[in-house]
Amino acid sequence: MDEKARDLFDAFVAGNVGRRELIRRAAALGIGAAAAGTFLNAAQSRALAADYNWKAHQGTALKLLLNKHPYADAMIADIESFKSLTGMSVTWDIFPEDVYFDKVTAALSSHSTEYDAFMTGAYQTWQYGPAGWLVDLNEYLRNGARTAPNYDWEGVLEGLRASTAWSGKPGDALGGAGAKQWCVPWGFELNNISYNQTIFDKVGVKVPKNLPEMLEIAAKITRDAGGPYGIGVRGSRSWATIHPGFLSGYTNYGGHDFVMQGGKLKAAMNSPQSKAFTKLWVEMIQQSGPKNWATYTWYQVGTDLGAGASGMIYDADILGYFMDGGDNKERGHLAYAAFAANPEATAPTANVWIWSLAMSNFSRKKDAAWDFIQWATGTDHLLYGARKQDMVNPVRTKVWEDPEFKEKIGKYPGYLDEYTETAPKAKIYFTPQPLFFNLTTDWAAALQQMVAKQIPVDEGLDKLAESINRQLKSAGLG
Amino acid sequence: MSDIAHPATSAARVHAAGPRAARLLPYLLSLPALLVCIGILVPFGTAAWYSLQRYNLAMPFMRGFVGFDTYLDFLGDPDFWNTVEVSAIYTAATVILELLLGLAIALLLRERSPLNNAISVALLLPLMTAPAIAALMWKLMTNPGFGVLSWLVSRFGLADFKWASDPHTAMLTVVLVDIWVYTPFIMILLLAGLRSLPTQPFEAARLDGVPARFVFFRITLPMLMPYIVTATLFRLLDSIQQFDIVYAMTQGGPGDSLMVFQVRAYLEFFQYTNVGRSAALMMILWALTYALSNVFVKQWLRLRERTHGAY
Repeated sequence: MDEKARDLFDAFVAGNVGRRELIRRAAALGIGAAAAGTFLNAAQSRALAADYNWKAHQGTALKLLLNKHPYADAMIADIESFKSLTGMSVTWDIFPEDVYFDKVTAALSSHSTEYDAFMTGAYQTWQYGPAGWLVDLNEYLRNGARTAPNYDWEGVLEGLRASTAWSGKPGDALGGAGAKQWCVPWGFELNNISYNQTIFDKVGVKVPKNLPEMLEIAAKITRDAGGPYGIGVRGSRSWATIHPGFLSGYTNYGGHDFVMQGGKLKAAMNSPQSKAFTKLWVEMIQQSGPKNWATYTWYQVGTDLGAGASGMIYDADILGYFMDGGDNKERGHLAYAAFAANPEATAPTANVWIWSLAMSNFSRKKDAAWDFIQWATGTDHLLYGARKQDMVNPVRTKVWEDPEFKEKIGKYPGYLDEYTETAPKAKIYFTPQPLFFNLTTDWAAALQQMVAKQIPVDEGLDKLAESINRQLKSAGLG
Repeated sequence: MSDIAHPATSAARVHAAGPRAARLLPYLLSLPALLVCIGILVPFGTAAWYSLQRYNLAMPFMRGFVGFDTYLDFLGDPDFWNTVEVSAIYTAATVILELLLGLAIALLLRERSPLNNAISVALLLPLMTAPAIAALMWKLMTNPGFGVLSWLVSRFGLADFKWASDPHTAMLTVVLVDIWVYTPFIMILLLAGLRSLPTQPFEAARLDGVPARFVFFRITLPMLMPYIVTATLFRLLDSIQQFDIVYAMTQGGPGDSLMVFQVRAYLEFFQYTNVGRSAALMMILWALTYALSNVFVKQWLRLRERTHGAY
C-alpha cells in the first residue's frame, strides 16, 4: 500500500491528480487524515528535492530568532518537513513582541553569531541593513545555482517584494534602482475595516465608505449601541500608532511623510492634505475612540473588537481575523471591508506591515540559512500554513488562488473581497530613511497631544514638522 | 589544630618565602577588588567614550568623535529640558509624598504589638511586587471599561477620568503607582529607626508634661533624621532613575508628559539605535545622581556626628 500511496501523493503534488480525486483514492487505500498529512509532506519534500540539492547542508544546526506570532506557530508546526527535506536541525528562541525587537537589536548590534535567520518587519531593515547587520538576499535570489528553480520569487506580491528592498539611501524609492533585498516577505497585513455585524445591525448602520462617513457611524455606535464605542485605532506613544489605519488613510488623502528638496528630506506632515486628514482623525478619536486611547496598542484594539467593546476597527485585517476565532465573545459576528478614507479616492491605499525573514550577516551558516528562508517563504510551506494553520495573509498570489484556502477564508465575510480590492495598491507608503522610528514616534506623541487638546491640530503639525526638520538636519539628512 | 586562621603564622610563612613575596602580598590581596572595579569601570568608560561620539548604529558612515557636541546640543533641545523637568517633578512628588506617608504609617505602628507587627509585614507586600507588574495591575485597575479605580472615582462624579491616558493626569497616576510600591520601603526604614530610639528623652518629656507636638518636632524628628536622610537618599536615587513603572504604563506619553531620563535613553538606544545620544543621557543622569548622593551622604555624616558625637 505504501508504494501506491506514495505514487498517489506524488501525482497530487505534481498536479496530475485533483484534491477530490486524492481524497477518494486515499480513502480507498484506507489512509486516514493524519497519515494523509504525513504522505503529503513527504511527497512535497520529494518534489522539492527533485531539482535542487536540499541536502547540501545536511547535519547543519540552524538557530532562529522568532516573534510569538501565528506565522511562527505555523512554521514550527511544519518544521519536520524542512528537517526531512534538508537533513538539518533547527532550534529557535521565541519572544513576545513587546521585547522581541529589543532582543533582535541586542543580538545584531553585538555581532552575535548565535542566530542565523530571524523574523523582522520591513521598517526595521532600514536600521539593520545600512548598519551592515543583514545579508543582501539578492546574492541568493539572483543566483540560479543557490536558489531552487521552483522557488518562484516572482510569485510573491510585487508591492511586498519592492517594500522589502531598499538602496539604503534616504528617500530612495523602495524597490528602486540599486535596492538591496534585506528580507523576504513571509506574511503581511492589510489595513482595512473589521467590524461587528451584530452591533452594526443593532444601530442600523452600514459599513463606512470614507472617513467622514466613518466619523458619523462611529459616533452613532458610541451614542446608540448601549456600551460599545465606535472605532478602535491604536494610540500608544509608538511608531506602531502611525503605520496601520492612520498612514493608510493619510496616504489616501494625498498626504506624504516627507518630500525631497534638493536631495534632502523635508517633513511634509503639515501639508494642507495632512492637516485636513489629521483634523478628521483627531475628531473621530475624541468623539468615538476608546477613553484610554493613548495607551492602545495592537492588543487592546483587537481584544476590544473580540469582546464586543468596540463597533469596528481600522487596523490590520488579520487582527480582525484572529479576533474572529478562539474563545472570543464576538466570534462569528465579525466582517471585513476595504476602506478608502478619501471620498474622492478611487481605491484604498493600504499601508502594509510585512512579517519577513532576514539573514544575519554574522551567521556562520549563511547558505544553510538561505535554504531555510527559501523553504519557509516557498509555496509549499505557505500553502500548508494557509490551509492548516493561521497563515493569513500569505504573500504569494498562488496561495490566495488555492481553492482550499479560498474555501477556508471565504467563511470570513468580506475577507477575500477586501484583499482583492486592496492588494493591487498595497505597499509601504513611508519614505525609507534611518530615523524612521524616532520620527514616527514623535508623530504619535504629537497626535496624543492633539487628541488630548493640549495643542490645536494645525499648530501641532507645524511644530512636529519643525522638530522633525531639525532632527533631519542634525543627522545630515535634511 | 590548623594554623590557617592564625595571621602571625601566615605572615611568618610569607616572610619565610622571601621579601619579594612579602612585597607582593598586599597587591595580591587587593586583586579581587581591582578586578571587580575594572568590571564596573569598563562599561562606564565605554559609555562615556560613546557619549563623545556621533554614533547611530543605523548610520555607521556618520560615526565620529564630536567631543561634547551632544551635550551642548541638549542645552538647546526643548525635549531634553522637558525630560529634566518631568524627572524632577516625578522625583520630588514621589519622594516627598512617600516620606510623609511612610513616616505617618511608621508613627502609627511604632508601638510593638502583635497587630502592629502583622500590619507592618502585610504593608510590605507591594514592595515585593515587581514595579512593572504593579504598573500593569494599575493599568487594569484604571481601565475606564472595567477598572475598579475608574468605577470608584465615577462614584464621585469623575466618570471620564482618564488616568494615564490624559497628559493632565498621567503624572498623578504614575506617582500613585510609585507610592503604592515604595511607601512600605520608607515605612519599614523609619519604623526600625523609631523603635531603636533611646526611650529616656521621651520618658523625661512625658514626666515634664511636654506637649506631643513639641516632642515630635524637637525630639522625635531630630533623632530620626539620619534614618530619614538615608531613606530619602535611596528613594531619590531610585526615583530619578525611574523606568519600569513609566514605560509599562505609558511608554513616556501621552505626548512627552512622562518622558523621564531612563525612558528617553532606552528609546534612543533600543528603538532609535542612537548610541551616542543614549550614552550622553545616561552620563548626565549619572552626574546628577552622583551629585545628589554626595550632598546626601555629607548631610548624613553631619547628622550622625551631631547625634553620636564626633569620633
